[in-house]
Amino acid sequence: MARLIETSPCAGLLPRTIGAVDLSEVEPAQITLIAPFKGQQAAVSDALDAALGLTFPAPNRATGQGARAVWSGAGQALLIGSACPALPGAACIDQSDAWAIVRIEGADAARVLARLTPLDLRPEVFQQDHTARSVLGQMPVSLTRVGRHAYEVMVMRSMARTLVQELTRAAQGVADRIEPSI
Amino acid sequence: MRLPCPLCGDRDRREFYYQGAAVTLNRPAPEADADAWDAYLHLRDNPAGETRDLWYHEAGCGAWIMVTRNTLTHEVLGAELIEGVPA
Ligand SMILES: [Zn+2]
Repeated sequence: MARLIETSPCAGLLPRTIGAVDLSEVEPAQITLIAPFKGQQAAVSDALDAALGLTFPAPNRATGQGARAVWSGAGQALLIGSACPALPGAACIDQSDAWAIVRIEGADAARVLARLTPLDLRPEVFQQDHTARSVLGQMPVSLTRVGRHAYEVMVMRSMARTLVQELTRAAQGVADRIEPSI
Repeated sequence: MRLPCPLCGDRDRREFYYQGAAVTLNRPAPEADADAWDAYLHLRDNPAGETRDLWYHEAGCGAWIMVTRNTLTHEVLGAELIEGVPA
């Protein structure tokens, strides 16, 4: 009988360090898409708070530490890193194997991302726990700032290799820049 | 070009898909005559000035929005969620 070996989306690709950024894979235990039914968002938020101590995030925001809820579009959020509690007021879909998550961290992280996405990533605009759906190169992504110089980029699993390639190439470009001497 | 998504804020044009004039929101009644349906499906104004059209925030929040803009000045005047527009 065949034995199937589980591999992570970025297996064999990460981690790697390029110049002043580190790329590493994030592998949460579970990812669940939560889409509250009409008029149920407050009740769903209360239920999440009671079960996990985090609220349903407002647009463009992430909530929670450890387990997190990341807004992922109109009327939906991704619960990352925890089993999903019973939420009668929402549609909950297990997407654990659907996503690849890459953490990019380091002094040049925002500079690298700025080469790939049209988002305004200035630290005073895109703050800690801010999140956005946008594009990175040609790919639709979810991008969340998780630290002073740290971001998490999510893409559909099938795009993991392209994501790593795009980030690597951009990081190399930033690392190879020769700062003009004064 | 940046469009002001009511959910996401000012975003780059490449995140959006352009659908067309917002007149498609005004669907004729099922029993309307052929002229009304012909106009709805095929006839579009080509306004010089303020216009309203539908955009889909495809690579963003996934919402349909109605953008008001000026075809003479290229000024973008505002946007609202289709969800909140009475049919
Ligand atoms: Zn949007």
